[in-house]
This record gives sequence, C-alpha cells and structure tokens, in this order.
Amino acid sequence: METRRVQRLIHHSAAAWLLLRSAMLTAQGTSPSTLAPASTPAHQIFDLSVFVVAITGGIFLVVGGLLAVALYRFRARKTDPLGEPAQIYGSTQIELAWTVIPVLTVVVLFLATARIIFAIQDAPKPKSALDVTVIGHQFWWEFRYPKYGVVTANELHIPVSSDAAPAATFLKLTSADVNHSFWIPQLAGKTDLIANHMNAMWMDPQKPGLYLGQCAQFCGSQHAMMLLRVYVDTPEQFDTWIKNQEHPAQQDSAVAAGRMVFERQACMNCHTVSGTAATGRFGPDLTHLMSRATLASGAMDNSPANLRQWIKSPDTFKRGALMPAMQLTDEQLDQVTAYLETLK
Amino acid sequence: MSDYPLPISQVIDPSTSESVRSTFLENLHGWVVTVDHKRLGILYILYSTFFLLVAGAEALVIRIQLAYPHNHVLSAQVYNRFFTMHGTTMVFLVGMPFLFGFANYIVPLQIGARDMAFPRLNAFSFWLTAFGGLLLYYSFLGGAGLYGVGNAPDVGWFAYAPLTARSFSPGHATDYWALALIVSGFGTLGTAINIIATTISMRCKGMTLMRMPLFTWLLLIVSMLTLVTITPLTAAQFMLLIDRYLGGHFFDTQAGGSSLIWIHFFWIFGHPEVYVLVLPAFAIANEIIPVFSRKAIFGYPAMVAASVAIMFVSLSVWAHHMFTVGMTSVSNAFFTLSTMLVGVPTGIKIFNWIATLWGGRIRFTTAMLFCIGFLFQFLIAGLTGIMLSVSPWDWQLHNSYFVIAHFHYVLVGAVVFCIFAGIYYWYPKATGRLMNETLGKWHFWLFAIGFHITFDTMHCLGLLGMPRSIYTYQPDRGWNFLNLVVSVGGLIQGIAVLIFAYNFIVSYWRGEVAGDDPWDAWTLEWTTSSPPPVYNFEEEPEVHSRRPLWDLKHPDDPDWEYES
Repeated sequence: METRRVQRLIHHSAAAWLLLRSAMLTAQGTSPSTLAPASTPAHQIFDLSVFVVAITGGIFLVVGGLLAVALYRFRARKTDPLGEPAQIYGSTQIELAWTVIPVLTVVVLFLATARIIFAIQDAPKPKSALDVTVIGHQFWWEFRYPKYGVVTANELHIPVSSDAAPAATFLKLTSADVNHSFWIPQLAGKTDLIANHMNAMWMDPQKPGLYLGQCAQFCGSQHAMMLLRVYVDTPEQFDTWIKNQEHPAQQDSAVAAGRMVFERQACMNCHTVSGTAATGRFGPDLTHLMSRATLASGAMDNSPANLRQWIKSPDTFKRGALMPAMQLTDEQLDQVTAYLETLK
Repeated sequence: MSDYPLPISQVIDPSTSESVRSTFLENLHGWVVTVDHKRLGILYILYSTFFLLVAGAEALVIRIQLAYPHNHVLSAQVYNRFFTMHGTTMVFLVGMPFLFGFANYIVPLQIGARDMAFPRLNAFSFWLTAFGGLLLYYSFLGGAGLYGVGNAPDVGWFAYAPLTARSFSPGHATDYWALALIVSGFGTLGTAINIIATTISMRCKGMTLMRMPLFTWLLLIVSMLTLVTITPLTAAQFMLLIDRYLGGHFFDTQAGGSSLIWIHFFWIFGHPEVYVLVLPAFAIANEIIPVFSRKAIFGYPAMVAASVAIMFVSLSVWAHHMFTVGMTSVSNAFFTLSTMLVGVPTGIKIFNWIATLWGGRIRFTTAMLFCIGFLFQFLIAGLTGIMLSVSPWDWQLHNSYFVIAHFHYVLVGAVVFCIFAGIYYWYPKATGRLMNETLGKWHFWLFAIGFHITFDTMHCLGLLGMPRSIYTYQPDRGWNFLNLVVSVGGLIQGIAVLIFAYNFIVSYWRGEVAGDDPWDAWTLEWTTSSPPPVYNFEEEPEVHSRRPLWDLKHPDDPDWEYES
C-alpha cells in the first residue's frame, strides 16, 4: 500500500522530470547528460534522484510557501496600530513537531539511498564480464584489456549489453601520476583514479553508440582537454575491433623512412608500437592509432594535417601537454606522419 | 543599573577625540598600532571588502573566459591560477576575515565589555591574517621558480596531492599557497581563542550564557569549531612543505605516500570550515530578522541547541566530499546518513526564523531584504545539500557544476548576503551615518537577480555533465547557451557590488546621521553612541534579559518576566 503510493509519487514526478529532460535534450544533441541514463547504474541513480527531487521539492514548496505567506501577511502597514506586535518566545510542541518531521524524512531518504549504494557498489561480478584496467595520465587515458593483451588510449570500446546477452564491463581504475576521475554521465557515476589505490566500477550499456565524458578531477594545466570517448559496440563490432587490436602493428615498407624517424628520434622512448622496437610507456600506445577518431585525448580530430601539426608543435592544440616538440625537419615530419597513418 | 562611573572615564575625556584633530600620519599610526577591538573590526572589514572586490574581479574574468566554448581570454595555466586564487581568496581572505571583523566589532559591545579579552593578541592576529593575504598575492610577482615556471598557485583551492608534489608543481607557487595560509591560519586561531575567552569571561553583570545575544552565541560556537578545523589544515600544510623540501613522503604517491591522506586532512578541515563560514551568517540573521520583524527570536533555547548540534554533527560529515574516491559501501552509507542529519538542526533554524517573522510587522529595509534573500537561498542550498548527500547521486554530481552551484548558494546566497545585511545593519553604529537605502535596494535587487541567473543555471550545467575546473569546453556538449547565461548573471552581480562599494564609501561622508539606535533595536551595542567611544561603556551595564533595550523601552512589559 505504502510502496504503491511511493511508486505513484515517483511516476508523477518522473513524468515532470522527463518533460524537463526532453526539453533539454532537444536543445543539445550529444550532451553527456546525467538525465539520459543508458546503463543500469546510471538508471538506478536517475530513478533515485527523481525520488529525492520529489521529496526535497515538496519540502521546498511547503517551507518556501510558508516563508512567502509570512512575508506578505505580516508586512508592516500604515494602518498598523501603534506599539509593537505581540511577543512570542517559543512553543515546545511546535518546535518538537518540526524536529520530528525532518528526522522521519531523513530516515526515509537514507533507506532509499542505502539500497542503491549497496545495489550498485556491491553488485556481484558476472563470469561473462569484460575486464578493463583504466590508468589515468596527465592528460590522457590508458585502457588495458588483460584478457586480450590489448592496450589502447582515450577511446574505450565496450560491448552492448542486452537481456538476452548480458555483457557488463568491470573497470579497475588507478593513476600513473596525479588524481583523475573517470566520468561518462550516461553510463555510471564517476570514480576517481588515484595512484597506489585501485578502484572499481561497472556499467552495462543498453544502447550502442558513442558516449562522451571527460576527466572530472582537476589534474593540472590541461585537465579540460582530458576528454573521454566510450564506444558501445554491438557484439559483432566489438569482436571485429578487438581482433584488429590484438594484431601487432602493420609493417609497410613504403613508410620505412618514417618508421626510422620514429625509432631514431625520441618518439619510441614514450610510445609503444607493438611488433617494433618502440616500447615506451609514458605516452599512449600507437599500435593502432588510426583506429581512433581523435588525437591528444580528444583535443582534435584524427586527420593527417592535425597529426602532423600535433607532432610539430603540441602547444598548438594542448599547451601544457607533456609531449615535447621534437624539432623535426619538414621532411621528417612528413615521413613520420606517413608512417603513423599506416598504423590502422 | 549602578550610578557611579568607572574610574577610567575620568582618565579619558570623551570630548577630546572630537575637539583635537590629529594629522594624517598620527591617524595612520593610530590605526596601525591600535589594539581597540572596534578599530580592528573595521580593519578586518575593510581588508576583506578589498579582497571581495579582487576575488570578484577574478570570478568575472573566469566567467568571460567561459562565456563561449574555446574562448581564448585566458590560457589554461592562467585560468587555473585564477580559479585557485578566487577560491582561496574567498574562503580565507574574504569569508573568515569578514566574520571575524563583525565578531571583533560586535561581540564586546553586545556583552557589555570594554574590549576583547586579549587586545594585543587581537591586533597580532589581524596583522598575521593581513600579511598572510599579502603573501598569497605576492606570489603573482614573486612565485616564479628556478626555471621561470610557477606563478600564482594553480593547484585548486583544495590542492589535492600529489598534484602539489614538486614533480607536478615545480617552482614556488604551491609554497606561497601553503605558507600564506599557515600564516593567516595562525591569525585565525588567535582570534578564535580571543573570542572564546571574551565570551566566556568578559560578560557584563547579569548576562548569563542563556541571556547572551544569539550573534555572540554563534560566534562562540564558530570559534570553538575554528580551533578544531584550522589545525588539521595547518598540520597538513606543514606536512606538504616537509614533503616538498625535507624529503618527506606523506603525500608523495611516487614514493609510496598517500593522496587519500591529504584528501582526508583537507576535508576534515574543509567541511567544518563551511560551517565556520555559515554559522556567523546565521548569527547576523539572528540579530536582523527579529529587529525588523519587531518580535523576539522564536525558540531561543532551540536556536542555541541547534547551533551546538550543527557544530558537533559538522565534524562527522567530511567524507561526503569523498564519495568518489572508492570508500566501502558502508562508509558511503555512514557519511550519507551523517550528512543528512545536519538537515535536522538546520531545518529547526529555518522554521524558527519563519516563526519569528510570523505575526510580526516586517520592515523591508535593505538589511532585512538581504536576510530574506538569505532565507530563500539557504533553504534551496540545504535541499541541494540533501541531494548531494545521496551518495549514488553524488557519484554523478560530484565535481560537476551542480556542486559549484550548491556551494555558491551557501557561500554567496547565504554568507555573502548576510555579510551585506550585516554591513547595512551595523554601518551606522561604526560610522554614525546610515548607508543610502535607495542605492541599497538597487544593490539588493541587482545582486539577487544576478545571483539567481548565475547559480540557478549552474545547477542545470552540472546535471548536463559539465565538470568543474575546466578552462574551456567543447562546443558539441550542449553547454554553450547556459554558460553564456551564467556569465551574464555574473556581470549583473558585478554591477551590484560596484553600487555597494560606491554606497559604502560615499555614505561615510554624505550618509544621513544615524543616532545611537537607528533601527529601534534591543541589544547592548545600540546603547552606546555611534560610533562608540574607545571604552564602549562608561559604566558596566547590567542586564536582566536577552533584550536589555526592550526592557528599557517597555518597562511595563519587560522580557525577563517571560524568560525562564
């Protein structure tokens, strides 16, 4: 009986909330909005938030209304009699009432919240779950798929989950340097990445597509350009993608000169290209650079012109990024760009 | 009241200060060496008003930068310095000095004392705070490190380790941040000790604790809380400096230290700090709302009890800033509950204020308007606080613009509104002249409208996934229009503050002469002349109730007949 009333309350307020939300969504396109959940944890949080908004909204209407009435009804008027109004010093009954009612409200809110805390945080990990390790760097993301031996950066690919074929992704998160925070609002709440400290979170997105987010813990000068893209793939897309990532880098003799530049200059000290001598760990893995849509953690599109300019002068796009300008000649730049363009 | 004057009134002839005009240098020297609580109070207020303008200007530049996506008014580095300095300044150089300024000026007057318990400690504390602020701002000039790196601090006002380690924060910018706050922190501790000693031991005859004005009560509670909160911050900052220069590894994750320890230390300071700032705002509202409703405060004992309860509960909620660092589900549940519980005593206060208004004859002076703005905004801030305490929802909202909106609702919507209210209310006591009410109302309405345009919109940006501390954003996220709105609101607030500054300065010479008691108020500060003489009271007052002036004005119906 009571639960049904609460459910109805949730439904009504959810309707109003959804209206607001659809109004906001039409105005925005690809916004990483918390109001458009697409994964179980995000959905649970959203439903809880609707319940909380209903209760706090009710409190606001009652208390704000009382305040407004008091201000209007008891404003000083010219017609007031002389002297002061009646002095009232307090009332134990009334004060007791407005202590007990908030306490009861807190109990209700707390119980509703505790349920969701445990449901999300202590959810058992299914055997079929995909494991990904996320490592935060100033100012980019490293993703490791231990089961597949795949390492990539900045663009996370995970499979879609459906009732028929549930496929949750469990992330382990840590940092190589300062604190960061992993946040894709449509898929789950955020989790911090902290050095010497392994965190965990999970999501099971229900709709394929691209989901946007970015680092949510201030991490230094280019914190704002530590963008994050999550591709939720259909099972077939994901298989194709992961198979391609498992291969070592393509060897194309046509761009041997560029590869030479890459391996003789300092590039290989920081970057890995699997199957070659380049095994650096400071920067993103470039084995399949061309399978990514963006460069420099989303700072710009992955086009040959942008890539060349980025290598020439990282400051153009992301001043403060830790990649140095290597002072390459124009010829070397062309060669190394051509080489990187083959890393599909 | 007793009839004989204290001997000191024979030594100091009150007429001399009027008749003998000193030179400018003598005057200046007098202000520098003063140990008079009123002069120190005014120094605090002027100091923090100055930094309010500085930090406000920083906020405006920040908002100009964020008005459009990919804007280039500020570079990433300069933006990071600006938001760090804005936050640090507002909390340490504006919020706390303002409130200590009010406390310095008002508390001794309200309890019928001649000065604070330790006048010289008082002066010492002020100058520590003042030089701490100057040291922080000197970083803009002197902070460049060995290789020209570093300038003003750019690690956020929360300065999370290990970003503050020497490997990630070279140069001396972070040292300026830590040292300046250590210095001003000692000043704060000195003042807190002073206020506690004053309220405990300097109350006039008849003023029992339960007859103490609520303003003084709240400042006593705040001072006790300050002793508990500033110390962990100071300790953590010393540890940070040890890490940076003496090879310590407290927070140095590269050497096995822990970032989480810093975060705990910071919020064990940082959350009670919010109450250190907001309780004095309550204190001001507690004086102004009854006077302009023409009624005694409703439920005085409950107000005291609720304030003490807030003090204790506020010490157990710090980890609600840490729901995303990976605590266990039980810890998350615990801090959810403790945070929600703060809502109970806070709710009692709001109800008591409304009950004070109820049945009154409300006069809408500028001071009262700012208090009413405070009531509405604090109600909303409390409710968004409940939302943030819901830890799963906080996983979404944490570090988003929703949080920025929430704490600006508290720190601007409540604290700054009450500071303005307090200035309009006590300005005539300190200067002898009233501030202009017409300009005051322009100030209030523009500031309130600008405030809501800015901060109501920020809530929406947070829900749409915009994180804080970013110097720019991508145009495809759906945040463009709302950010422009936020910036426009910021400009309106800026105009309102300029009107205030003009009013504040010009009223000193041109304001209407106030008299001793312009608001027909009830506490002891209104029995002295405006401005009060150096020694405050010629003879020690004696009180019989919480509203001594009410008793004087209504001898047929005195308060003490009703108070237990």
